[in-house]
Amino acid sequence: MQSRIAKILLVVFFVALLATPLVLKRFSGAGGGATAGRTDTKAALNRYGFYLEEVSKASGINFTHTAPKLDSKLDHIMPQVASMGAAVSIVDFDRDGWQDLYVTNSGEGSSNSLFRNNQDGSFKDVAAEMGIANLNVAGSGVSMGSVWGDYDNDGFEDLFLYKWGQPELFHNDGGRSFTRVTEKANLPQWVNANTALWLDYDRDGRLDVFVGGYYAEDVDLWNLKDTRMMPESFEYAKNGGRKYLFRNLGDGGFEEVGEKLGINSRRWALASAAADLRGTGYPDLFIANDYGVSEMFFNDGGKKFRDVGEQTKVGFAPKSGMSATVGDVLNQGKFAVYVTNISEEGVLIQGNNLWIPREGTAGDELQYDNLARDMGVEIGGWSFGSQFGDLNNDGTLDLYVTNGYVSLERGTSYWYDYSKIAGGNTAIISDAKNWPPMSGRSLSGFQNKRVWINDGAGKFSDVAQLVGVGDTHDGRSVVMVDLWNRGVLDVVVANQRGPLLVYKNTVAPENKWVAFELEGAEGSNRSAIGAQVRVFWNGQEQVQEVSGGSGFCAQNQRRLHFGLGKDAQVEKVTIRWPSGKTQTIEAPEISKLHRIREAA
Amino acid sequence: MNPELSATAISSRVPTSPLSAKNPAENAAKNDDAKPVKLFGLDHRFIAPIFITFILLVGQLSFGILESYPKTALAIITSIAIELILSRVFTGKWPHLASAYISGISVGILVRSPAIWPYALCSAISITSKYVLRAKDRHIWNPSNFGICAMLFLAPYTVASLSIQWGNNVWPMLAIWTLGSIIIWRLKRFHITFAYVVAFVAFAFLRSVVTGHTFLSEVAPITGPMYQLFIFFMITDPKTTVRSSKFAQVGVAVAVALVEMLLRLAESVHAPYYALFLVGPTANMIEIWLTSRKAAAPVITSNA
Repeated sequence: MQSRIAKILLVVFFVALLATPLVLKRFSGAGGGATAGRTDTKAALNRYGFYLEEVSKASGINFTHTAPKLDSKLDHIMPQVASMGAAVSIVDFDRDGWQDLYVTNSGEGSSNSLFRNNQDGSFKDVAAEMGIANLNVAGSGVSMGSVWGDYDNDGFEDLFLYKWGQPELFHNDGGRSFTRVTEKANLPQWVNANTALWLDYDRDGRLDVFVGGYYAEDVDLWNLKDTRMMPESFEYAKNGGRKYLFRNLGDGGFEEVGEKLGINSRRWALASAAADLRGTGYPDLFIANDYGVSEMFFNDGGKKFRDVGEQTKVGFAPKSGMSATVGDVLNQGKFAVYVTNISEEGVLIQGNNLWIPREGTAGDELQYDNLARDMGVEIGGWSFGSQFGDLNNDGTLDLYVTNGYVSLERGTSYWYDYSKIAGGNTAIISDAKNWPPMSGRSLSGFQNKRVWINDGAGKFSDVAQLVGVGDTHDGRSVVMVDLWNRGVLDVVVANQRGPLLVYKNTVAPENKWVAFELEGAEGSNRSAIGAQVRVFWNGQEQVQEVSGGSGFCAQNQRRLHFGLGKDAQVEKVTIRWPSGKTQTIEAPEISKLHRIREAA
Repeated sequence: MNPELSATAISSRVPTSPLSAKNPAENAAKNDDAKPVKLFGLDHRFIAPIFITFILLVGQLSFGILESYPKTALAIITSIAIELILSRVFTGKWPHLASAYISGISVGILVRSPAIWPYALCSAISITSKYVLRAKDRHIWNPSNFGICAMLFLAPYTVASLSIQWGNNVWPMLAIWTLGSIIIWRLKRFHITFAYVVAFVAFAFLRSVVTGHTFLSEVAPITGPMYQLFIFFMITDPKTTVRSSKFAQVGVAVAVALVEMLLRLAESVHAPYYALFLVGPTANMIEIWLTSRKAAAPVITSNA
């Protein structure tokens, strides 16, 4: 009898074990974000403090990205190889105080667009008249992304365009036109780059450029010598493109110093971010790699970059890094790093990473913990671009993540064939001819996006569908920008083979804000890239840094925007300029953009 | 891929019933399996745990294959703890822990999840299945194969097992192939591995003809070191394969490859797990039925 009861209990225990995943799913809400039909804007405003409305057409922006057509040897897998190039960056190129958009295209012969802000809610494409439209000419490669920085400190932001092809530098001639200065800058003939950013790594007051290669630079994707150009491994590939650090010589020329200074990785870089993570005054470098681990390089006084991926714990588990962005998500005055990866239910669950500085570690001993799961920002989809920003001005950074890789025929999946080759030996996986044909099938296509709002207590909630983000395009590049100078962050998303989407933000008026537009002077680069601003208010502290590029093939506005929540009283703001000078502003006026020039 | 290579050996499983012990055919087969095998002077029960630990170390030191040390440790500890408890409660004995260790380490390697709880849960399901899913006092599913399949079915939102984490280089694979072949040969189960590999390659060729994909893309999965665990450990587990004869064991291995091919043609990402999940218990049940029928047959004596 006793034995019988024990057996019954054992069966009950076994059934309980089997039921556990289902129970956990039910209570955790895993497996997808909230969904809704039509957005109830009033409810969204009440509940979440904001809603987003897609207004590209109404704003005069009618841009659709086209993908390149590469060597016919890749025809069978063309959609997944030619799967990047839709990118957007923000610049006020004419210094009129209104943010403009630069959008890249990738079809051979297609044009890039520079949408000038007309200050009345509309935009006009002026790329052609400015001389930066026709940049996807056959033979020179096609655009993958762009970043803006004032490399000659003349007060106007210059354009660095990276391509699967020759990288290009365009000097901004007073906001009236652009002059190509690529040769003078001494840039290489060909880089298959998918990430670049401006930074002043040696703090000499001149902006340098980091460029991360994806395919090896001797691969011309339009004229393949052979098809052995794919990654040698799905998770341990080191046959990707070279990394470059171009040091600004101050005379319009640049010198490549990456390898000499310790950045000699050949992983498949897809994203990078630079920020002073240790309080040294020098920007450290984070690289998110596809087919492998992320890399972190500590900047030792502008003289050496030290690979600290394993030491800091960010470089252990290999994933498919697609985006890197930094933000003070816990209002602790410290930067976290968010990296997007791939998650496909039932097939591959990498999960995105949110690297939070480990308590008690700092400086050279800095380490990180991945708290993406605990904080609710782990599962996106096949995630690409991501950006932090306070979308509802409540005083905490929210997170926008776009998802979706290749959307072809609905209801089809290439995942089985993809997994088949992904497990193969180097000799098989690295040769494109062994990759099964896609035959019109989707690969993590038609995916929903994530708009994760931060509750300020360590938890994020996905409200994408509820605040108006319902598109399922193959999102790539995401930026946050105050397009209409209203004191809110709008969102712009570039989609592969899809339209450029402009999400206009409406925020509950009771939530206050303050913003800073910085201009460096002597000793700092004029774009103030690398300047840190700390806002102290209502017993809280948040730090932000002017960025020369972040996310996936993206650059936010250089203006730093801080939400403050209700009843805000800003105690003080401190600015640490790239030169190292510090400045304190006591009780600045709120709900105002402060334009601040570094004191000489 | 559940390394309960055990058998040959691992006699720490739930004891057989008096009924099965009386069964001459099964008894004979068991005796054959239970022959003490020494390898490099080691007790056979330690061979499998040492081998899989070696594989883990090769993978971890050359590539860093583990999701994290804590997750693997949790899988092993859970597996051992459940084994201790259930064995004590249901057999009244303290078990030999080799089998539980192998199950735990298998889960630690093969389950891929950013969450930590699936590692504990998968181990718990694996070990408990041995005590629940039984026929004629034999557990019929390979424990960690059952556990992993259960997780893939029930928790796809956070669990996957794509065979990519072993890198795609040749050295770890060669190391595992060489050592695995030696061990499996000495343990007299190489015929199973060999039969499966030959069948897989033949079916890969057939799939290539059917799908029009290159032969190399079809054979690609088995070239990953990950698959080596499957062919050296999981399909050689006596609880997965039948016991009656070498011929039957080869038949089961080929059947696993055949079902795997059908699942692959249906584009099932986890085809090898599911194939073993389907074929293993089916073969065991058939063997049990045949054995019972034979034992129950009336003995005919001739007075001639």
